[in-house]
Amino acid sequence: MAVGSRALAATGVQAPGRLARVREWWEQEHIFGYGLILPAFVLITCLVAYPFGMAIYFSLSDYWVGSPGSFVGLANFRDILGNEVFRQAVWNSFVFTAIALTCKAVLGVWLALLLARNLRGKRLLRGAVLLPWVIPTALSTLGWLWMFDSLYSVVNWTAIRLGLMTAPGPNWLGISSYAMLAIITVNVWRGLPFFAITVLAGLVSIPREFYEAAEVDGASSFRRFWFVTLPLLKPVLAVVILFSTIFTFNDFNIVYVLTRGGPMNTTHLFATLAYQTGLAGGNLGQGAAISLFMLPMLGMVVFFQLRYIRRE
Amino acid sequence: MITGVRSRAARRRSIAFGYANLVPFVFFALFPFYFMLVTSFKSNAELYSLKSIPLWIQNGVILDHYRYLFGRTEFLTWIKNSLIISVASTGISLVIAVLAGYSLARLRFRGVGSFGTAVFITYLVPPTLLFLPLSQVVVWLGIADTIWALIVTYPTFLVPFSTWLLMGYFRTIPREIEECALVDGASRMQTLTRIALPMAIPGIVCVILFGFTLTWNEFIYALTFVSQTANKTAVVGVTADLIRGDIYYWGSLMAGAVLASVPVVACYVFFLDYYVSGLTAGAVKG
Repeated sequence: MAVGSRALAATGVQAPGRLARVREWWEQEHIFGYGLILPAFVLITCLVAYPFGMAIYFSLSDYWVGSPGSFVGLANFRDILGNEVFRQAVWNSFVFTAIALTCKAVLGVWLALLLARNLRGKRLLRGAVLLPWVIPTALSTLGWLWMFDSLYSVVNWTAIRLGLMTAPGPNWLGISSYAMLAIITVNVWRGLPFFAITVLAGLVSIPREFYEAAEVDGASSFRRFWFVTLPLLKPVLAVVILFSTIFTFNDFNIVYVLTRGGPMNTTHLFATLAYQTGLAGGNLGQGAAISLFMLPMLGMVVFFQLRYIRRE
Repeated sequence: MITGVRSRAARRRSIAFGYANLVPFVFFALFPFYFMLVTSFKSNAELYSLKSIPLWIQNGVILDHYRYLFGRTEFLTWIKNSLIISVASTGISLVIAVLAGYSLARLRFRGVGSFGTAVFITYLVPPTLLFLPLSQVVVWLGIADTIWALIVTYPTFLVPFSTWLLMGYFRTIPREIEECALVDGASRMQTLTRIALPMAIPGIVCVILFGFTLTWNEFIYALTFVSQTANKTAVVGVTADLIRGDIYYWGSLMAGAVLASVPVVACYVFFLDYYVSGLTAGAVKG
């Protein structure tokens, strides 16, 4: 701050005058600092914090699209807790997140280990593997929808020809358990690159000496992985898993495109059920209450993330 | 990576092992795209015949589905909408994020730490939590059902991410350089634009690429805030408007999905390394 005013004086700007005074005021470190974060602050207040407050208000009122309702206390929460479809969605969300996340973590580490090898065409391989993450999810899921078609499914066609299934094969999106399996498959397909590439970055940063030391000690490749690689990967893995938890738990695109929550509302997750209730059904109050149920999970992840980042 | 003192044969075996294990992954990653592409070039007669082989094209490549897309649907309007929305919201977010990121990474004032935390928490708030109230906010702002609804709301997820990413880049610039500039009489704003900004170019490229990709691919806001066909984005237009009633026209659907992915894939191919570094630096939503 002192540097600022001295610098101004040194440039020989005429000291008095309103403009100069405004400029001097603006050059103070804290004023300049607040000024720069102001746009972001306004944006976050108006379009994140305020809507969030509204979501809480909605959830406590019988607000319908087009007709602001009155305060009803916890009635919405009571209603949805008694709703079979909602309880199914809660169960689905946890099963879906747990299975998809486990698959992504295990396959992601394995894929990262493979990509870290010094193979020819490394760049091309990485590019190919990352592709599902780049393409718009809604559109690639449309491709999967076609692949799981009840009549023309290429998955079934191929599996039948290879003798892995008996004709006609499962009706993927018509039966709840198969539909869930399909949703998990697509989520793993789309989320795997994120895991693999981030873990790969972690792998590359492990000093080579560790491996050489382990090799001299005669450790097998599995033991090297278990006792050297995995412990050193822990920080990276923790961050990736926390991130992925949030965005797997809140998935909307895949379920919406693949099943719309069907058959018979058995494959809903929080986000799709909130959409169906709040917008398609028009019951904003209940929809908001459903989406707020995601909050405890989100809070937990944020808590761990922050604690982790502080420790760094 | 792990190269010790090993025989040649062992190394060759290890390379073969690597490739052999990568094949299933690459196949899993790429097959859906291959299949979409193949479908988009097939005649309907071949698509819907149970006797044909779905894996490749037998009866000749056909462009009908693409012709239909350009001639009979609003596909080009959707692409135009998506372009405008992506460019505008990325531009707005970039400016806001550069200012905020610089301030949070570089300047010392009361509340810096807590605002940084707030940005990080906002970064973790998923759009699926806010789309219901935001759908009412855009109605009150009088921009519902226009592309403005998306230009205004997309920065809510872009700004926190971009700010976070840019803070990392600004932190790496040595403080001394900026202090020299200030002593030499540059204003703080000049120090930001002439000294810090050029040094953060890789970060800015990253922000632009991710901004473009994330907004182009965004689905839930685009689906809920816009219902008029003429104002839809490419992703929502293809997903929602090419299906009439309950009938799926797979040929044109896949053609639309392929074409609407081209802009992001093109970016991706040219800037692969930026994507990789951005992914690992910001640990982007996945």
